[in-house]
Amino acid sequence: MASITLQNLVKKYGDGFPAVNDVSIDIDDGEFIILVGPSGCGKSTLLRMIVGLEDITEGELLIDGERVNDKAPRDRNLAMVFQNYALYPHLTVYENIAFPLRLAKGKHSEEETNKRVQAAAATLELTEHLERKPANLSGGQRQRVAMGRAIVRQADAFLFDEPLSNLDAKLRGQMRSEISQMQRRLGVTSVYVTHDQTEAMTLGDRVAVLKKGILQQIASPRELYEEPTNIFVAGFIGSPSMNFIPGQVENGKLQTVLGELEIPQHKLDKAEGKKIVMVGIRPEFFEDAKLVDEAKKPLGATFTTRLTHTEWLGNEQYGYMDFDPAPEVRDLLNSLAKDLDADELKPQIVVTLDSASRIRAGRDAELWVDTRKVHLFDPETGNSLTRDPEAGAALTQEAIQDRQDEIEAARSEANASGQQAS
Amino acid sequence: MRASTRTEKIWWTVITVLVLLYALFPVASIFATSFKTPSDLTSGKFLPTNWTGQNYEQILVGSAQDLFLPALRNSIGITVIATFIAVVLATLCAYAIARLNFPGKKLILTTALAVSIFPVISIVTPLFNLWRNIGLYDTWIGLIIPYLSLTLPISIWTLAAFFRQIPWELEQAAQVDGATSWQAFRKAIVPLAAPGVFTTAIIAFFIAWNDFVYGISLTSTEAARPVPAALAFFTGASQFQSPTGAISAAAIIVTIPIVLLVLFFQRQIVSGLTQGAVKG
Ligand SMILES: Nc1ncnc2c1ncn2[C@@H]1O[C@H](COP(=O)(O)OP(=O)(O)OP(=O)(O)O)[C@@H](O)[C@H]1O
Ligand SMILES: [Mg+2]
Repeated sequence: MASITLQNLVKKYGDGFPAVNDVSIDIDDGEFIILVGPSGCGKSTLLRMIVGLEDITEGELLIDGERVNDKAPRDRNLAMVFQNYALYPHLTVYENIAFPLRLAKGKHSEEETNKRVQAAAATLELTEHLERKPANLSGGQRQRVAMGRAIVRQADAFLFDEPLSNLDAKLRGQMRSEISQMQRRLGVTSVYVTHDQTEAMTLGDRVAVLKKGILQQIASPRELYEEPTNIFVAGFIGSPSMNFIPGQVENGKLQTVLGELEIPQHKLDKAEGKKIVMVGIRPEFFEDAKLVDEAKKPLGATFTTRLTHTEWLGNEQYGYMDFDPAPEVRDLLNSLAKDLDADELKPQIVVTLDSASRIRAGRDAELWVDTRKVHLFDPETGNSLTRDPEAGAALTQEAIQDRQDEIEAARSEANASGQQAS
Repeated sequence: MRASTRTEKIWWTVITVLVLLYALFPVASIFATSFKTPSDLTSGKFLPTNWTGQNYEQILVGSAQDLFLPALRNSIGITVIATFIAVVLATLCAYAIARLNFPGKKLILTTALAVSIFPVISIVTPLFNLWRNIGLYDTWIGLIIPYLSLTLPISIWTLAAFFRQIPWELEQAAQVDGATSWQAFRKAIVPLAAPGVFTTAIIAFFIAWNDFVYGISLTSTEAARPVPAALAFFTGASQFQSPTGAISAAAIIVTIPIVLLVLFFQRQIVSGLTQGAVKG
């Protein structure tokens, strides 16, 4: 169990390119931190710096308050699951998992080793594969062996580099809850890299969003979702992504391609002095106007539009509409798309509708949008104009409290069952 | 994969048998000849009429023993030393080529290739003169050096190709698992590199073991003459008798180490051992 502190970490590779640039994060003992960001933003590099495989160019890395910049990986006592598994092909699954225990010579009796390997294998559903070689396993099985090698040890912290990326959806869900429970049960500090929105939102106490090696925001999933600091975070978190449309403030209302939107005055005030602002509206802020409660309707704005097509998913449906952005925001949208790892961002608005909605493509449809929730962004800097830092901090504080309660509960439960057993 | 049909299986069997016959018939013929009496040699039959061990007797304890046994000793000693040096040097070189980025990397590989395409026969005369001048003629070292020029290039190429396939991240994984740098190398890398080194060693051994041109040109006495060269000096019991039987017996004997070597290391030369280590 350990806390990990990153202070202004910088990593420059041989070509001088900063893969990680001035990242500071305080990771509490027992905390579950998620690192997300587009491909190549430095997530793996950051993880490898923590574990000691990559030299730290600048900055300090502390584990439990002790500077470990120059310590060898083996002296940091961290367990890591590699993005590409890194299994020992000449060893059986059993020996792969037992490898870290065997290295700590004399520390573990044969009996204890066996017990631990069997327990890890059972958790990961690998029991019937223990005698096989990695070459004969499927990608998902290999990934689980890599996990097994990490959890079999009593490491001070777990570092995961996209450990579930090769599993099918069902197994991924299963493993996700397995990891989550295990983390709480052991109360072990974890840093977890992922591309997956669901993993990021459900597993982490806090999520750190990276872009080109720079930390954009670190906060609880709810804070990221509700109070993003900038347009990049807003676009990265949430699926489907937030829609960005240009808007102009004119006589107390917001003029957009969706028509005139009436938004709360305190938000409008923030946009004062800007000729043009980016309006961020999540797909789920929209609804089929027919299905909105009459009492709720006045809180948002209703407008008429035509959808180009719809996708019915069972529990909800997505509708799409195109719009033609002004040239001055087109560049912004394109560079945002590049940052977010997409090809050219289509000037398109995605809306989420109730699955009961009868709205179909190509016909005039009346939509309602919850204008209380819209975000406004500065088109030049990309920073949020409407973010409420206090509300955000409160959300993150809540998550921290939740974590402490959960770990407490898990520990007292473990104690109780331990006392029963003895 | 679909199961092969019956006809396909039959065809494969036929082809395999043909290839085996083609490859093994000469060996079988030499084997049979080695048990023939001198009078039997011209009988035109494949198998000896009377099986006799006299050829083996002749080269191991009889009249040809002075020619054969020192040659066998020379062959073994020179080949083992040359192989050992070649493998050690090639391992270091290939390791550097596979893992480090340094200027001149390409140059080393092309030079190695260039060395190996020189025909042996074109070098042997100058080498003969040089060796006589500096006193390396008819010595072990005088053969080991040219053998290195034969074995090193191919060893470097084979090992470099092999080392490139080793997932070196495993070293890092082992370090995170708690290994020292040396432990990580020994436990994660050596087991994967060993088959490549063994394979290379066997190839190098074959090349040195089978050499004839250097062996006959750079030696004059039993001080350094290897078996392939010594065979040329075998004579029959009288000048009217050809030494075919004795040569065959010697050929069979020098084949034995090779067969043993392959059988012994067969388990080590398993290909595809690095599969499953890393993604993709
Ligand atoms: N050994 C290296 N030498 C030079 N540059 C490197 C090296 N390793 C990574 N980089 C660069 O550092 C940046 C960050 O790489 P990193 O592997 O950390 O990305 P990542 O966020 O893990 O991406 P992914 O999601 O694709 O795994 C990339 O731009 C990459 O090109
Ligand atoms: Mg990565």
